[in-house]
Amino acid sequence: MDLEAPKIKSAEEFFYIQRNYQKQYRDNNRFIAICGDTGCTARNSKAILGSLDRCLKEKDLSETVGARFTGCLGLCESGPLVIVYPEEILYHRVIPDDMPEIVEETVQAGRIIDRLIYRDPSSGEKYAYARGLPFYKKQVRNLLSGNWKTDPTKIEDYIAQGGYEALVKAVTEMSPGEVVQEVKEARLRGRGGAGFDAGLKWEECFKASGRKFIICNADEGDPGAFMDRSLLEGNPHAVLEGLIIGAYATDAREGVVYIRSEYPTAVEKIKTAINRAKELGLVGDDILGSGFGIQIYLSIGAGAFVCGETSALIASVDGRVGEPVQKPPRLVQQGYLDRPTVVNNVETLANVPHIIKQGAENYRATGTEASSGTKIFSLVGKVNNTGLVEVPLGMTLREIIFEIGGGIKEGKAFKAVQTGGPSGGCLPASYLDLPTDFESLTEVGSMMGSGGMIVMDEDTCMVDLAGYFLKFLADESCGCCFTCREGISRLLELVQNISCGRGSLDQLDLLKELAEVVKDSTLCGLGQTAPNPVLSTIKYFEDEYRVHILQNKCPAGVCRALITFEIIESYCNGCGLCKKNCPSDAITGEQKKPHYIDKDQCDKCGICFSTCRNEAILKQ
Amino acid sequence: MINLTMDGLKINVEPGATLLDVARFYGANIPTLCYDEALSPYGACRLCLVEIGEPGKSRLVSSCTYPAREKLNVRTNTVRVMQTRKMIIELYLATCPSSKTIQDLASKYGVTGVRFSPKNEECILCGLCVRMCEEQMQAKAIGFVDRGVNRRISTAFDRKSEQCRLCGACMYICPVCQVRCQGPSG
Repeated sequence: MDLEAPKIKSAEEFFYIQRNYQKQYRDNNRFIAICGDTGCTARNSKAILGSLDRCLKEKDLSETVGARFTGCLGLCESGPLVIVYPEEILYHRVIPDDMPEIVEETVQAGRIIDRLIYRDPSSGEKYAYARGLPFYKKQVRNLLSGNWKTDPTKIEDYIAQGGYEALVKAVTEMSPGEVVQEVKEARLRGRGGAGFDAGLKWEECFKASGRKFIICNADEGDPGAFMDRSLLEGNPHAVLEGLIIGAYATDAREGVVYIRSEYPTAVEKIKTAINRAKELGLVGDDILGSGFGIQIYLSIGAGAFVCGETSALIASVDGRVGEPVQKPPRLVQQGYLDRPTVVNNVETLANVPHIIKQGAENYRATGTEASSGTKIFSLVGKVNNTGLVEVPLGMTLREIIFEIGGGIKEGKAFKAVQTGGPSGGCLPASYLDLPTDFESLTEVGSMMGSGGMIVMDEDTCMVDLAGYFLKFLADESCGCCFTCREGISRLLELVQNISCGRGSLDQLDLLKELAEVVKDSTLCGLGQTAPNPVLSTIKYFEDEYRVHILQNKCPAGVCRALITFEIIESYCNGCGLCKKNCPSDAITGEQKKPHYIDKDQCDKCGICFSTCRNEAILKQ
Repeated sequence: MINLTMDGLKINVEPGATLLDVARFYGANIPTLCYDEALSPYGACRLCLVEIGEPGKSRLVSSCTYPAREKLNVRTNTVRVMQTRKMIIELYLATCPSSKTIQDLASKYGVTGVRFSPKNEECILCGLCVRMCEEQMQAKAIGFVDRGVNRRISTAFDRKSEQCRLCGACMYICPVCQVRCQGPSG
């Protein structure tokens, strides 16, 4: 492609260039898209692309059939994913050796390869076309749809799909005030956690005078959450476009993308995106001849979870230690370099081009009255279809987990779902019909957070789970506030006591009391929400805590100190498999005679339990 | 001038004052461990919590860092403030049981027992010494290292500091360990 394209100086020039790109894109109608995002790359999708290229060359098809990497296609569980366009045939769990067959059968002969198409794990039904999959059917993929066809490193792809049209519209047809008004009317709420009205924030910043900044918060640190990463890796130009529009609306002339160094691919992609946009004149001075200009810088964080908190983020951008400070003054009054600063989450910014393009009215049609638009959740844990799902706000948890997620793995029973990352709460089955919007989730003691959704089945122990999240937060707390640093580690101590069988009912009461104090007395969002996992598990699963304390048993069989392994003599055929695999040599017995576990020596690792073919091991 | 209500009292204060300044000026009794008039406020000890906002929608903030704002309703001695403060003192007592300052605080607020396992720490990481060293002594010889539960105070790279003049101001200002703390030895 033409790398030395001249800078675009007006809206007419932009649409001329867009038509060119669209023509090129249409000429490449037949192409094969391979998911090039984290999950699929880890399963060797690079080799798949290599194999495809070789194959196309051998068959002399390189000219007529395109091959490209795209962003995350969503169904990470079944990666690597390959989609054959224009029919949109989806193949899953593809290996490099499958590519010659795909080229021969599907591209040349037009036949679908039965063994590579997706089968629904619960119903067993087969789906050949991507759009027909139940996983995709219920979703409204506004933000993620760009991932399907565009190569994230190519601005041409993005522009051909209608990208940067919103920027052109905003900069050439609208005043900053009108852009703010549009976003306000769309009721766009921050997708990073707090759910603050993005339009209000912009308005306040727009009214301030002097040097201003807009910062894109790409410091996504929740365990199990990867929507910002996928947006940045799969469609970085959408985020960039949102950032530029935001800068135009708030009259900020400098933008910063704050991104964690643990996301090297995302850093690379956004860097490429900024450079390509600069080359076309979409970033820089005098964009599209409007007189408005913006410089965008990258700031790479060292990966502290607390740096996702906006005031800590600003300290980090500034080169100081990432510690939150007291608000007020709020950041729109006094932020980076003591100047008015707007900090928006990646997903919030990615929503902006859609609002400008389709108008606030149309945007508001999706979602609920108070929470409009769509939200990306990273659906992980014990569900059949783990991956990224984008749904209208207000969809019930049941629809997300059971219809899109395909239900619980191995037919087990649903136990709880943790929304909002480590600071969110665990909701039991009785709340499955709860709509997922900001208010409903907060009301029942959880939160929207950035959109992590961890599904748990009957084999999860809630005490152990609360301990896991507390441990994460104890490590990630900045340690400034005494109640956060010491409070979380004491909460952890109490929870660990309970899971070790050393707990008492008094300790359970103390746990509740301390959790409330930590929630109440800490400075920033991290500490204020840190007790949520404890409080919500106690609220909905107090019985489980009581069983741990009073009966010294772990009902889910997770807490090692409270479980024992035993061999049922009548079931054991003496195959010796458990004895062979036991790492602590705790199993004795002669061949073909019942074996025996020495409980003092047993480490309770559970290997015997999972290796026994006769179900002779009893876990209690 | 800023108009606000504190414990039912209507008060006028200069802009720039913190809630702790106001409270202390009007005689409200608010304990602190990380605050010193000569140093910038830090908000780490959380003892100076006050309740702000209307009942029902109120929240607790550290008064040493919260600026006085127009029409703010501040209450310094509600049940919520007192209960939270007592729990925080209990946590302090469990962390540093041998500190005289903390023992005195506990007796003053009626904390008679500790339900957590005692830790015998020597430092509560209030950061007074760090700020003293930086702001008053202009030395920046010590600072915080690491984060979360591993946070501690030390010199750069745990080596003997070239900036340290062994002035002892850090030991002088320390509210807790005083005797046992040996200053920034390398």
